[in-house]
Amino acid sequence: MWAAHARTLFGDDPVRFDPRVKVVFPMIAENQRAFPVVIDARAIAGVVRMLLLVDLNPIPVAIDYRPVHAAPYVATRIKLDQRTPVRGAVQLASGAWLVSGGWVDAAGGGCSAPPVSRVKGDWAQHLGEMRGEAWPMAGGLARLRLHVRHPMDTGLVDNIATYHLEALRVKDAGGRMLGEMDIWAAVAEDPAITLMVEGGAGDAFTVEARDTNGRDYRALLPMARQSPMPGGR
Amino acid sequence: MILSRRSLLGGVAALGALASKPARAADYAIMPEPIGEGLWLVRGADAPIAADNGGAIANIAIIATPAGTLLWDCGPSIRYARALRQVAEQLTGKPVVRVYVSHLHPDHGLGLAAFDPAIVAALPGTIDALRAQGQGYADGMYRLLGDWMRGTDLVLPGRTIVAAEEAFGGRTLRLLALSGHSAADLALIDPQSGLLLGGDLVFHDRAPSTPTADLGTWRASLDRLKALPHGGVVPGHGPFDPGGRAAIDQTRDWIDWLDATLTQAVRDGIDMVEAGEIAIPGRFATMAAARYEVQRSVAHLYPALEAALLPRVDVRD
Repeated sequence: MWAAHARTLFGDDPVRFDPRVKVVFPMIAENQRAFPVVIDARAIAGVVRMLLLVDLNPIPVAIDYRPVHAAPYVATRIKLDQRTPVRGAVQLASGAWLVSGGWVDAAGGGCSAPPVSRVKGDWAQHLGEMRGEAWPMAGGLARLRLHVRHPMDTGLVDNIATYHLEALRVKDAGGRMLGEMDIWAAVAEDPAITLMVEGGAGDAFTVEARDTNGRDYRALLPMARQSPMPGGR
Repeated sequence: MILSRRSLLGGVAALGALASKPARAADYAIMPEPIGEGLWLVRGADAPIAADNGGAIANIAIIATPAGTLLWDCGPSIRYARALRQVAEQLTGKPVVRVYVSHLHPDHGLGLAAFDPAIVAALPGTIDALRAQGQGYADGMYRLLGDWMRGTDLVLPGRTIVAAEEAFGGRTLRLLALSGHSAADLALIDPQSGLLLGGDLVFHDRAPSTPTADLGTWRASLDRLKALPHGGVVPGHGPFDPGGRAAIDQTRDWIDWLDATLTQAVRDGIDMVEAGEIAIPGRFATMAAARYEVQRSVAHLYPALEAALLPRVDVRD
């Protein structure tokens, strides 16, 4: 699958495996419906685009992120339909791609079992509820954490059509675009996304998202803490 | 060294003679250690379920009574349980007349398929949970263990535990219906030996697992176990605790640390991957599989903490 994906995603751009693209995940896929992954390419200058790719998923790309005024860092949770390579690919302004990743062993069915909120039947009551917070970091950055209630239907479950968040952008208080991403249903139900965008104490951030039915979502994240975060990277 | 065929054969025969002492049936090594009057412990591997241990990671106890042999849990597979039964009956000279399944997790009870369900007893909540989730656990065990599981089907215990004690020819056992590690956790006190069999409410030098945990009720159950008079404690995983307090205290300490640490991690903006890499305090250095269980616990507990602690930020037009 790698050869096929590489041809589709990277075309004629040069591709090189580079361990400076850190793709970090737990040693065990405890929940194949929500497997946490970090792509951290802060050791590489000039990253313009980041792809989270799951080779053997029926929906191979989870996130396509452009960190415009943001550090090349993204964390989320994905579905795993079987044992598969999970990769991060980052593109430089020159067009070249740097890739890294690893194998993940997983019980199957992450993409083909119905979401929990569909089984419970309460997805519509909570659709679009967003939670989050922003924390100041060193180096003029802010860490943004965002959760969106959404079933993220893959279209691979009987009688449930594809329905997922497809786009998300983060802006600062002045409307400047800090980062934007395309999202596919390989992202876990109720997407959880962590980014590092430019910003300082006292800033507020706007998040705008849209799903495949054209429904728009908006959130306002004030910087809640005035001291740099004690943990994390 | 040059080995002749004869010396090789002799060596093999000697190995065979040795192997018949600590009995080894199928490929599981069942080695009971006496820890109390008429009570033996069969130690599980202090490791994750894996092909190299056949899933035999839970501690099992064998109790001899005048009315027959009792088993406390029966392992992950029909192959394990058959080997266990053979060893136990050789040891006590009496047939197995009761198997207690402490809770729903497959490393403790899937082997019950080797017994007549009429002699297998569990709490009502355990039987309900096995009915609902047992097949999923069995599927997971087959995926992880392959041939070790051959022939193991999900069978439900045939006896529901409702009484607080059960007697076998004069040896009376106290049965405690608790919860917290799962929705129904059985613990057992054997007044004759003074020992407490804690099931997975108690871990010892092996990190506790939380796939079905409710930490609040788990704490309450540990408090209750600590207050009950008993001697040594057999934990669900890890070495026997002869003093009877260390394992309970350590389990409680771990749960408290885990709860407080993950709560603080959410408050500090830590992501799930990072939370799984958080520093484990030095006092837990003796606990096997600690990092593995922290990462599992993050998967189990983090989403609910995030939903409770992160503020709503959506703006409705």
